[in-house]
Amino acid sequence: MKNQTVDPRRAAAAPRSGGEGAAAGASSNEAARFTATSLDQRNARTERGFHTLFLAMSIVLILPVLAILSLLITKGAPAFSWEFFTEPPRAQFTEGGIFPALVGTLWLVIVALLASVPLGVAAAIYLSEYAKDNALTRLINLAIINLAGVPSIVHALFGLGAFVLFFDFGTSILAASLTLAIMTLPVVIVSTRETLQAVPQSFRMACWSLGATRWQTIRKVVLPNSISGILTGVILEVSRTVGETAPVMFTGAVLFTPFLPQGVLDETMAMSLHLYMIATVIPDVPPEVPYGVALSLILMVLILNSASIGFRVYLRGKKKW
Amino acid sequence: MVSTASRIKLSVKDLSIRYGSTVALEGASFDVRDNEIFGIIGPANSGKTSFIRAINRMDEMTPGMEVRGDIEFNGKSVTDWRNLYALRSRIGVVFPLPVGLPMSIYENVAFAAKLRGVKGKADLDEVVERCLTRAALWDEVKDRLDSLGSLLSGGQQQRLTIARALSQEPELLLLDEFSIAVDPVTTMRIEEVLKELKQEMTIVLVTNLTQQAQRLADRTAFFLEGKVVEVGDTRALFKGQTKDPRTTHYIEGRFG
Repeated sequence: MKNQTVDPRRAAAAPRSGGEGAAAGASSNEAARFTATSLDQRNARTERGFHTLFLAMSIVLILPVLAILSLLITKGAPAFSWEFFTEPPRAQFTEGGIFPALVGTLWLVIVALLASVPLGVAAAIYLSEYAKDNALTRLINLAIINLAGVPSIVHALFGLGAFVLFFDFGTSILAASLTLAIMTLPVVIVSTRETLQAVPQSFRMACWSLGATRWQTIRKVVLPNSISGILTGVILEVSRTVGETAPVMFTGAVLFTPFLPQGVLDETMAMSLHLYMIATVIPDVPPEVPYGVALSLILMVLILNSASIGFRVYLRGKKKW
Repeated sequence: MVSTASRIKLSVKDLSIRYGSTVALEGASFDVRDNEIFGIIGPANSGKTSFIRAINRMDEMTPGMEVRGDIEFNGKSVTDWRNLYALRSRIGVVFPLPVGLPMSIYENVAFAAKLRGVKGKADLDEVVERCLTRAALWDEVKDRLDSLGSLLSGGQQQRLTIARALSQEPELLLLDEFSIAVDPVTTMRIEEVLKELKQEMTIVLVTNLTQQAQRLADRTAFFLEGKVVEVGDTRALFKGQTKDPRTTHYIEGRFG
């Protein structure tokens, strides 16, 4: 049936290509040239439909974020005070603040980044720029995928066995950060590798044909053009590191210490563990305090992220192709 | 014997190139002489670009590309060059599509010189000006050498690529359909430059413009479907003195 419907455009074209004729039909043919066919209309409807669908999905996505934030702000903001950010907890966690946990989490994140970023970026450079498609490469890729799938509690037990006991770092920032670093390594490797792969292959070919080695090519062309993408991976890693509880509770974080860490072999308080404890274990904590801690945790992630996003935008402004 | 050997720049011996099970070039054997422009003509998919890639051993960086047989450069098999980078730095390559590296115009041209250890600002300035002038680009960019090479127009980027290849001071210059992205006037200017460059280096010119081969090449090879149909004196080939009728057909535009 559909085949029999006359395409108005073709109907309009026929008399014109025929040269003379159809003077009577000229006006209706003129109109047909500017009229959408039923197929055109259907395409336009479908287009609008999918546009709306995808927009709706994106909005659904941000709803939980808005809900969480508004809940935390309304319930947690009353806990905020100068003392809350500058004092250690007092009176069985019912008074005082979260200062040692704040500082402890910063320590954990920074030491974890110092370990995982150089390692992860180097591994990604190898996989993207040097590795041939052979058994070793496939093994490494398999290891990365599996590492990404290991639950954090298993990482925690591994960290306890390897860093706390075997290497004898004790319950310390070093042990906890290394555990976090191993856990977030796949994120850094995968995102860095994707970024490096996004640099056009033609740049590499041009560089190599000038007689540049792979390393010279990486240093002069590949890395300068992928720094902003590498930072994206680091941002993701920071967010995950700040929030993890399980890996640090066996390896470096303690429920309470009034002292700030003096070095990487000290144990420390951490925001995530602190939140977990006062929300579930410690009795008689005023209800706004856990929300306040949660809000601080999220604010910390936001501040760290926006710093690196700002830096990334600055770098992308200088992107060169 | 020594003089004969020195007159041959590239000696191709039973060269075959495959990508997996696809054959790109099979059983190619011919010589390219010192200080000649050696034209390679042929329709798409005839193995021209694969041949160019095999010369500077780009196959080692191209997954799935497999090279059999041998290419001798200066009388020594390219695979015997222990230092791949020493080999590549002697061979300039210009690709069909221009590649302005994401760095300034100046850095694009100074890059190869820096790689071979030129350090002084004055020396680098001299290399940049000389190479850009030769590539017919200097006048257009001399006031903005610090702007990005990748932001030039296509034709300008291609001349930048040529300038960059010249900055290597290569013994052998491989041009792979360089004029695709260049306007006819500029193409003519570059062709004039190539005729001068012949005094200093050997040029392999892959082109799908048979007229360009006729204008420039001393000798021309005709590639067809992965086979070298024939190699001969350009003037003779274009006069119709061919061994294989397919060459004449192609030159006269009856196919391909």
